[in-house]
Amino acid sequence: MKILVPVKRVLDYNVKARVKADGSGIDLANVKMSMNPFDEIALEEAIRIKEKGNAEEIIAVSIGVQQNQETLRTALAMGADRAILVVATDDVHNDIEPLTVANILAAITLKEGPSLILCGKQAIDNDFNATAQMLSAKLKWSQATFASEIDVKDDIIRVTREVDGGLQTIDAKIPAVVSVDLRLNEPRYASLPNIMKAKRKPLEEINPADLGVEITQRLKVIETKEPDSREAGLILENIDQLVEKIQENVGG
Amino acid sequence: MKNPFDTPEREEFRAQLKAFVDKEIKPYVNDWDEEGKIPWDLHQKAGALGVWGFGIDEKYGGLGEDDNFLRAIYNEEFAKCGAGGVGAAMGGRMISLEPIQRLCSSEIKDRVLKDIVTGKKGSSLGITEPGGGSDVANMKTSAKRDGNHFVINGSKTFITGAMTSDYFVVGARTGGSGLKGISLFFVEAHRDGFSRVPLDKKMGWWCSDQATLYFDNVRVPAENMMGEEDKGFIQIMENFNIERMCMCASSLGMMKVCLEESIEWAKTRETFGKPLIQHQVIRHKLANMSSKIDALEALVNNICWNMNNGEVPVAEISKAKFFATKELEYCSSEAMQIMGGAGYLRGNPVERIYREVKVMAIGGGSEEIMRDLAVRQMGY
Ligand SMILES: Cc1cc2nc3c(=O)[nH]c(=O)nc-3n(C[C@H](O)[C@H](O)[C@H](O)COP(=O)(O)OP(=O)(O)OC[C@H]3O[C@@H](n4cnc5c(N)ncnc54)[C@H](O)[C@@H]3O)c2cc1C
Repeated sequence: MKILVPVKRVLDYNVKARVKADGSGIDLANVKMSMNPFDEIALEEAIRIKEKGNAEEIIAVSIGVQQNQETLRTALAMGADRAILVVATDDVHNDIEPLTVANILAAITLKEGPSLILCGKQAIDNDFNATAQMLSAKLKWSQATFASEIDVKDDIIRVTREVDGGLQTIDAKIPAVVSVDLRLNEPRYASLPNIMKAKRKPLEEINPADLGVEITQRLKVIETKEPDSREAGLILENIDQLVEKIQENVGG
Repeated sequence: MKNPFDTPEREEFRAQLKAFVDKEIKPYVNDWDEEGKIPWDLHQKAGALGVWGFGIDEKYGGLGEDDNFLRAIYNEEFAKCGAGGVGAAMGGRMISLEPIQRLCSSEIKDRVLKDIVTGKKGSSLGITEPGGGSDVANMKTSAKRDGNHFVINGSKTFITGAMTSDYFVVGARTGGSGLKGISLFFVEAHRDGFSRVPLDKKMGWWCSDQATLYFDNVRVPAENMMGEEDKGFIQIMENFNIERMCMCASSLGMMKVCLEESIEWAKTRETFGKPLIQHQVIRHKLANMSSKIDALEALVNNICWNMNNGEVPVAEISKAKFFATKELEYCSSEAMQIMGGAGYLRGNPVERIYREVKVMAIGGGSEEIMRDLAVRQMGY
């Protein structure tokens, strides 16, 4: 079995996001970018499935700007066997929409023939939580979202899902699209020998047009703004004042 | 500013190490330092990252190639955990692995190298003696040939990691006086007549151990002699160069921590109605620290490039080593001043780094010895 793992290059989770002066989005020029943490978890799971002997090949795919190559190199260093870079834009601020991403991934799936697609449940930049679901609909494959445990047995993938108030375990028939949640695993660090070996692993570069997919914009960002800054607190002298304040505010 | 020597692999290695240090070390570092040790687990986790594989054959779990930039990156990023003891506790390997790989017999290498490289076992380098560290040529520990064995007598002190190491690279006199009479030996901790006693409390590097080693008629097979007889010192010069370059890179990491902590503090701490960072005197301190960091970084890069290209820039490494520790002294002192009383409280990285300056300035070739060596290299 082949596993496809889409990995997105996003603003590093340690970096404080700053809104661009014109409010059109987050400033991504010259800031640290890294692999979307949920995608890292998906990749780690793919590697574990392969290490258990349940998969032969892991293909990492990234869609975006040329620099997404770095993210794919990280994926190769962690343990992906090869990588495909889809250069869909030359502006890092141009976020490719979930439906377009799903279209591109569906086209790649037809070409590469994986039977399992492991995705992060969402990207930490736009928080859409939509691509995996759209992709499974496009492919007419089974889907399981928010996986916190995965077990592959023959052509069945057993997925424990984190749902409101508990866990749900389902069996999905392979081929399947599975989106992964935070608690599935702890991704490994890429070791130095593997970083060096990644240099020699194949990284193919293609355009959406090669796949017959057109990049379209259906969504429009109207405004982006910083969260309101918290107002300064008030230091009170004693309990009586506190009671007074509470009464004032709740109108008791 | 872009680093002209960066490659995707070096950047990736740095990013992975940074993530590792932030997650696996930083949160625990203060507790470990207070307890006086790191968990052994950490040796193995770091080993899995491949940080001891430089120049080691792939069949022993090594990288199969060497790159001094990667060595420097490892030392700098680990130093950023804010406790030099962590790097030291694991770092006995750094200074003993290279001679083991280069000079030991294949039988010994097959037996031990993989365990050391993967962090399962520890190794240390024993050069310094109770009688003195700077004057290596005057080493007293002796090794006398007895048939197919050598018998070692004497003692070594300040040996980093020695309480937990299984293997030692030990300098001992096999010939006449001076540098030309010294050979290197591979000594296993289980040999009869070998014993070790930990050094008492230290100024810094708390979570690493140092020990005095005693050799009381320790018999090792002649095969345990590393490289050529009486050529031990010449053979280990290259190792000293690497160690010193690595200590410059560690100092660089420590200086960066001092600057970062200073800025974080100065942004929020208010005096006389404005944040510290708005006061000119403080701004000048930050500018000075930052320029010294830039200078050391450029120097380390330059040295790494030369070492990678087969040069042996002994003078430059010697100058870089005392330059690094002098500037580290400056940065840690200024960072303490910026933090004021808060910096004086135990448990913050600046206070710790301030206490760790001296081991950097004395160990691995003291500032005085480095200056002397530099001028000798200049031909005087
Ligand atoms: C925490 C720690 C860890 C260490 N780990 C190791 C280790 O793993 N392995 C190992 O082999 N050693 C280790 N050392 C020892 C270290 O290398 C020595 O401390 C160092 O070489 C200096 O030797 P010394 O302490 O005997 O000082 P000395 O040689 O006695 O020198 C004392 C002072 O005099 C100065 N001095 C000496 N000669 C001259 C001269 N000709 N002109 C002017 N000044 C001079 C020195 O610079 C120094 O300031 C460690 C030391 C420390 C503190």
